[in-house]
Amino acid sequence: MLRTLYWVIRRDLLLVFRRRADVLTTLFFFVIVCTLFPLGVGPEKALLRTMAPGILWVAALLASMLALGRLFELDYADGTLEQMSLSSEPLSVIVIGKVIAHWLVSGFLLILVAPILAVQFDLPRESILVLVYSLLLGTPILSLIGAIGAALTLGVRGGGVLVSLLILPLYIPVLIFGAGAVGAEASGLGGDSHLLLLGGLLAGAAALTPWATAVALRIALE
Amino acid sequence: MTLQAHQLACVRGERPLFRGVDFEINAGDALRVVGENGSGKTSLLRILCGLTQPAEGEVRWHGRSIRELREEFCRNLFYLGHANAVKDDLLAWENIVVASTLSGTPVTQGDAVNALKQLGLGRAVGLPTRVLSQGQRKRVALARLQLSTSIPLWILDEPFTALDQNSVSELSGTINRHLANGGMVIYTTHQEVDLTARRARRLDLSLGTVC
Repeated sequence: MLRTLYWVIRRDLLLVFRRRADVLTTLFFFVIVCTLFPLGVGPEKALLRTMAPGILWVAALLASMLALGRLFELDYADGTLEQMSLSSEPLSVIVIGKVIAHWLVSGFLLILVAPILAVQFDLPRESILVLVYSLLLGTPILSLIGAIGAALTLGVRGGGVLVSLLILPLYIPVLIFGAGAVGAEASGLGGDSHLLLLGGLLAGAAALTPWATAVALRIALE
Repeated sequence: MTLQAHQLACVRGERPLFRGVDFEINAGDALRVVGENGSGKTSLLRILCGLTQPAEGEVRWHGRSIRELREEFCRNLFYLGHANAVKDDLLAWENIVVASTLSGTPVTQGDAVNALKQLGLGRAVGLPTRVLSQGQRKRVALARLQLSTSIPLWILDEPFTALDQNSVSELSGTINRHLANGGMVIYTTHQEVDLTARRARRLDLSLGTVC
C-alpha cells in the first residue's frame, strides 16, 4: 500500500516536472495577485497590515483552486484513471497520493514564497510565522476538499467554473480560521486556538475526503 | 477459475443495448465479443471489469459478485480499454513500470525494457511516448501483457487495431501462450485472428447468444 502511495506521488511529480509551465502559472498567479493589492490600495501601513492575512489567504485559495483542473482531468482523458480504479490497491490510497503530489506543487510552493510576499504588507515577524503555520495546516485541506470537486466535475463541460461554485463555499471555514489566526496573533490574542481548529479540520478532511473522492471518481468513470 | 455473467443487461441513456447476456468461461477459454458498432461491446467489457454497473444481473468471479470482491477481483484482471492508458510525458519504459506498479504487479526497469524489445520497440524505449506513432503507442500499452502472464483474466478491447501484421501475429502468439497456460481472454476485434483456445467462443451481442 505504501509502495503504491509512493509511486503515485513520484509519478505525478515526474509528470509535473516534465510540464513545469503549469506549476509556474499557479505560482505566478499567487505572486501577482498578492502584489496587486499593495499597489492598488496605496502605502498605508496600518491598512495593509490588517488586510494582509485575508489577501494572502484568498490568493492562496484561488491559486490552489486554479490547479485543481490538472488533478484528474489528464488521467481521465488518456485512460490512466480507469487503470488506477482497476488497481488491486484501494482507489482512495491512489487519491491520497495524487492529493499529496498536488499539494506539494500547488500548496507547499506557495508557502515558500508567502513570507516574502508578506513583507510587502509590512507584517511583523511573529505574524509571518503564524501565517506560514496556518498555510501549512490549511492548504492541504484545500487540496483534499478540492479533489472531491475535481472528481465530481470530471468530464463535465465547463467544469472549471462549476468546480469553483461547488468548492468555494466549502473553503470558507478554512479561510476564516486561517486568516483569523494571523489576525488574532497581531491583536495579541495569540493564534493558537485558530491553528488547533485548522488542525482538527485537516484531520477530519484527511480521514473522510479521499473516500468521498474515490466514490465520485467511480461515478465519473461509469 | 470461472467468470460468470449472469443475465446482464445494459442501458445507455434511454436506449437498451443488450439484455439477458449469460455465459461462463473457465481456464483456457477465449471469448470473442462481436456485434456491429454501437451494439455495446465496449459497455459489456466495462461491465465485466466492474467499471460500469449493469442495469440488471451481475458478474461473478468464483461464484462471488465482483462488486463485493472489488480489489481482490482486480488482482486477477488485466484490462486494456479503448484509451491506451499511456502517458504522453513519460518515457516508454517509465509508462510500463508505473502502470504495472500502480495496478499492483511491480516490475523493474529491466523487465519493462525487455518487454518493449520483444514487441520491436527497442529503439523507442527511452523516448517520451508523445513522439511515438499511434501503432507504437498501442504496442507500449500491450507490452504490459508480457509482464502480466501471472494474471489469469485478460479483457482486451480492440487490441489489434492500429497494429502492423507482425505485431498482430506477435500479439496473438502472446494470447495463445496465455490461453495454453490456463489463462482466460475476453476480447473484441473486427479483424480475423487465429487463437488456439481450448474453447474459443463467440458472443454475438446483436443476437444475445453464445456459440
